[in-house]
Amino acid sequence: MQKQCGAQSIKFENPPVIISGAAVVGPKEGEGPLAKYFDEISSDILFGQSSWEQAESEMVRKGIELAVQKANLTMDQIRYILAGDLLNQGTGSTFGVRSLNRPFFGLFGACSTMGEAMSLGSILIDGGYADYVVSAASSHFCGAEKTFRFPLELGGQRAPTAGWTVTGDGAIVLAKEGDGPRVTAITTGKIIDMGIKDVNNMGAAMAPAAADVMVAHFRDLGISADYYDQIVTGDLGHVGSELLIQLMEKEGYDVSKNSTDCGIEIFDATKQNTLAGGSGCGCSAVTMAGYLLHKLRKKEINKLLFIPTGAMHSVVTAQQGESIPGMAHAVAIENM
Amino acid sequence: MDQTESGKKQYQELVKEVSPNSKLLANCIRAFVGGGLICVIGQLIKNFFLAQQLGEDSSRLATVAVLIGGSILLTGFGWYDRLSEHIGAGAAVPITGFANAIAAPAIEHKKEGFILGVGAKMFVIAGPVILYGTLASILVGLIYYFVR
Repeated sequence: MQKQCGAQSIKFENPPVIISGAAVVGPKEGEGPLAKYFDEISSDILFGQSSWEQAESEMVRKGIELAVQKANLTMDQIRYILAGDLLNQGTGSTFGVRSLNRPFFGLFGACSTMGEAMSLGSILIDGGYADYVVSAASSHFCGAEKTFRFPLELGGQRAPTAGWTVTGDGAIVLAKEGDGPRVTAITTGKIIDMGIKDVNNMGAAMAPAAADVMVAHFRDLGISADYYDQIVTGDLGHVGSELLIQLMEKEGYDVSKNSTDCGIEIFDATKQNTLAGGSGCGCSAVTMAGYLLHKLRKKEINKLLFIPTGAMHSVVTAQQGESIPGMAHAVAIENM
Repeated sequence: MDQTESGKKQYQELVKEVSPNSKLLANCIRAFVGGGLICVIGQLIKNFFLAQQLGEDSSRLATVAVLIGGSILLTGFGWYDRLSEHIGAGAAVPITGFANAIAAPAIEHKKEGFILGVGAKMFVIAGPVILYGTLASILVGLIYYFVR
C-alpha cells in the first residue's frame, strides 16, 4: 500500500493507536467547562515550584508520567518522547523530561506543536521505528506572558482579539497495537503568511494556515468536509474560527456545522474574561488528551480531524516589523 | 492559499471586518473617571500634608512619594494590574502607572538575580519613557531658550 498520499499527506498502513492520554492543567483551566476531563488540576499556578519556567517543566513531567501510567506501561517501554513548548529554546520540555531518562526529540511548532508531535510520533510507529511513543506539548500562561508579552503585574488592557494562553500539559501514548482510536492519516502544513502583523490577533494570522492544510487534506484523501464528525482546530479562538469558516467557504467547503476550536471550548469567554479564547501549545494538547480523547473513547465522536495551529513568530521578528507566519498540522483520528 | 499581494490585501480586509474593536468611548470614560479619582486621592493626600504645615514644595514631594509607594505595594499584591484592566490609561498615565511599570518587571525577573534580573530588566518598560522624556525636555528647553 502506498503510504504517501497526494501532495502533502500520509495514509498510515498500520494506523497507530492512541492507547492513553493525560492532561495536567492550572487553576483557571480547572474552572472552565472542560474541567471534568482533566486528570490533574493544580490549584497552585506554580505547581509547587519557584518559577514559571520550573512550573511548566513540572507539568510536563507529570503529564508524561501520568499518560504512561494510564497506558499500564513503564517509562522504559517508551521508545521516544516527542515534546515541545513556547519557552525560549524549548526548555519547558527539555527540563521536564530530564528525569525521565528516555530518548527525546524536542519540537517547535509554536501552538501547533501537538499536531507536529502526533504526526511524527505516528510516522515513527507506522514505520516500525518504535512500539510506544509519547507525544506531548505544554504552555504556561505566566511563562508565555513573560516570554512574549509583558511582566505579569504590569497594568494594561487586553485587545478583544487577544488570546489567553492555557496553562497545561497534554500527553498521549501512541502504540503499534492496542485499544483506542487510531491516527489514520496526517497532512503536514506549510508556512502560510497573509501579512498579518498584529500580535494581538493571532487567530487571524493562523486561520489561513488551518484553511490551507484542511483543503490539502480533503484533496489528498479525496474526501469532503462532512466525512468528519468533528473538525477541531487548535487555538484560532472566536475571531480566527469565524475567519476559517469564511476562508473555507471561498474554497467550496462548508465547515460551519462540524467545526469548533479548542480555544473556544476550553474557557467560558464571558465568565472567565478570556476574550478571543484559549491559546498556546497546551490549549490543543490538553483538549486532545483530555476532552477529545474521552469523546473518541465513548464513541461520541468517531471521525475527528484535529488541526493544531501555530503562530511562528518571535518577539524579535515582531519588533522588526515582520508579519506573523501561520502553521497548522492536520491529524485524522478515527475509531476503527 | 492565495499569498499574492492582492490575496493578502483581500484577506486583511476580511480580518478587519470580522475582528471586534476595542470599546473606545467606554474605555475613554473609564480612564477619565478612574484616572481622575487617582488624582483626587493625590490631592487629598497633599491637603493632608499641607494641613500638617509641611509647606507647598515639601507637601508636593511627599504626595508623590506616597502615591509611588502605594502603587508599588498594590503591584506587589497583584492588584494594580486588575485595576488597570478596568480603567486602562487612567491607571497608566498618573505617576502610579510609572511606578507600576518599574515594579512589575522587577518582580517578574527577580528569579534571574539582582544584577541581570531585577537590575537590568527593571527599566524595560520605563526605560524608553525616561530616555525620550529627557530628550523631549531638552528639546523644549532649547526652543524656550531661543524663542523667549
